[in-house]
Amino acid sequence: MTEPAPRHTQRVRVTASRRGAAAARRRPMATALVEQTEVGELYLGGLLRAQLRLALAIVGSGAAILLGLPLLFALVPETRELRLGWVPVPWLLLGVLIYPAVVAAAIFYTRRSERTERRFADVVGGTSER
Amino acid sequence: MSATLSGGAVTLVCLITLGLSVFALRLARRTSDFYVAGRSVTPARNAAAIGGEYLSAASFLGVAGLIYDQGVDALWYPIGYTVGYLVLLVLVAAPLRRSGAYTLPDFAEARLESRFVRHLSSALVVLIGWFYLVPQFQGASFTLGLLTGASGWVGAFIVMVVVMLAVAAGGMRSITLVQAVQYWLKLTALAVPAGMILAAWWVTGGPAPEVSDAWALPLTGRSPDEHHLYRTFSLIVALALGTTGLPHVVVRYYTNPDGSAARRTTVRVLVLLGLFYVVTIVYGVLGRAYLPVLGEGQRADTIVLRLPAEVLPGLGSEVLTAALAGGAFAAFLSTSSGLTVAVTGVLNQDLVRPAMARITRGDHSEVTGFRVSAVLAVVVPYAVSRVFPEVPLATLVSLAFIVAASTFFPLLALGVWWPGLSVQGAAAGLVTGAVLAVGAVSVTVLADAPTGWPAALLAQPAAWTVPLAALVMVTVSRATPRGIPASARRTLVRLHTPEEITTASTQPVTRGRPGPPA
Repeated sequence: MTEPAPRHTQRVRVTASRRGAAAARRRPMATALVEQTEVGELYLGGLLRAQLRLALAIVGSGAAILLGLPLLFALVPETRELRLGWVPVPWLLLGVLIYPAVVAAAIFYTRRSERTERRFADVVGGTSER
Repeated sequence: MSATLSGGAVTLVCLITLGLSVFALRLARRTSDFYVAGRSVTPARNAAAIGGEYLSAASFLGVAGLIYDQGVDALWYPIGYTVGYLVLLVLVAAPLRRSGAYTLPDFAEARLESRFVRHLSSALVVLIGWFYLVPQFQGASFTLGLLTGASGWVGAFIVMVVVMLAVAAGGMRSITLVQAVQYWLKLTALAVPAGMILAAWWVTGGPAPEVSDAWALPLTGRSPDEHHLYRTFSLIVALALGTTGLPHVVVRYYTNPDGSAARRTTVRVLVLLGLFYVVTIVYGVLGRAYLPVLGEGQRADTIVLRLPAEVLPGLGSEVLTAALAGGAFAAFLSTSSGLTVAVTGVLNQDLVRPAMARITRGDHSEVTGFRVSAVLAVVVPYAVSRVFPEVPLATLVSLAFIVAASTFFPLLALGVWWPGLSVQGAAAGLVTGAVLAVGAVSVTVLADAPTGWPAALLAQPAAWTVPLAALVMVTVSRATPRGIPASARRTLVRLHTPEEITTASTQPVTRGRPGPPA
């Protein structure tokens, strides 16, 4: 090693710059392999497309429902006064039911995207292991 | 009114917040603890923290106030606040976490390798953060004024001081714990009184809500030249897309351990927000039953705080009002501290630290810079809140959403999914979105608004500013292929590759932190 450390009587503050934190992260072998080989690029392109398709499907159907409801109320005025028992349907939809629907969409998305990633990991893991 | 009890509840909430910060300060050791809680927060706690941070004055008081005021059409506000997290989940949650950056400007710089875009993003974070802090301070002022008769500046001043102390003391680690507690505090403080008021109304056979058709039926009652349908569309766009670009929300994603934890966190957030917003409806509807007309000059935002006294007699109403006052202050404190952490981080990195390095020639601690920035981050919006015109809280907050949706949403969405984004494109899009959104918002708030289409387009600009900003980003990027960073593709790989790949094959080095220099 180098020379023995001098004895400090005071505490010394050791800091590292936080800038570039993103760039300095781990650069593991599998990632490098994915980046550099054509096969890896092909797999990754597939992963990206699958994830994007899923994301756009969710955003699209969400937008259809969210923008469709006001459109429906505007175009078909009778729907504004619908009632289920004594509960007005627009209040029921917008006040309560929309929340479980959003949660269900989120759970569906999470399951699907994790499955896509697991499948991708299996394939890439298989090629990169030694 | 029940001044003593309510004052006590407010004091208690402030003391709990400060106490938790000091307690957690003992855990904050490294610089990364100050910023992102050492990245060791579980999804359950992180979700409660996000909920605690997100449910602001606008949610606790403003949503019920708007429902009371506008009826069924106001329900789009809480829906937009919630759906924003679904958009965030499917478009950016996991990639954002995997980017490994600490703040929005960090992400912009890592993705585009441009100091210029970084500085642009920093300015926007500060702008949006301050926009969002103003209604928190205003809410604190009128809440304390209503309950204890304190004069206008006191409530905001208390919130400012507590937030400044809490943030400067413990940074993000303390805030994560504090925020998680605040969520449950807020939900309890809102839901328990709501249940009791509802029960009292039911048992005593209270009055039916006195409402008009314009209140009870969607899209009814406004004159046709207000273009109500367009306004509703544009509001949904602003709120649903704006959440993704809010600096205090995004910063919280860096505290997840990995990308799939970021997703699980978001699902829980949606549950927590839904629970909360369903309860607010009780106040809006029963407010119509017990307080069909508010007195001259009384804000609809105060309906939550006024309702218990109308429904229950004596001590019961005082206790409930005190609980609601405490919850409201929890909302002001938690949102303000989250925003302050985000603004502080940016101010520190881009403004204070370089300035201090010049003054002290590097002989200062990083934590000192953080604390100086924390003071700066709250004093400015406090001053603005004293002069800003009175607007309903939920409307004021939606201005911050409009700016965020018009700037950071296209940057994040394109940055995460499109390798062709160039530095020039990103910068041009950010500037376009910011100028248009801020311009439209300023005209609406400050000037006498015109009528008809111009009024609708300026009051709710998101429906045209967001697509325009995205279009500028794409077109300019297409025209400047040289501005596409060389590593764009490699960065996208990192954003979308699941961690199990990056950790499985390199066990020995994954846990390694860069050691101190020898």
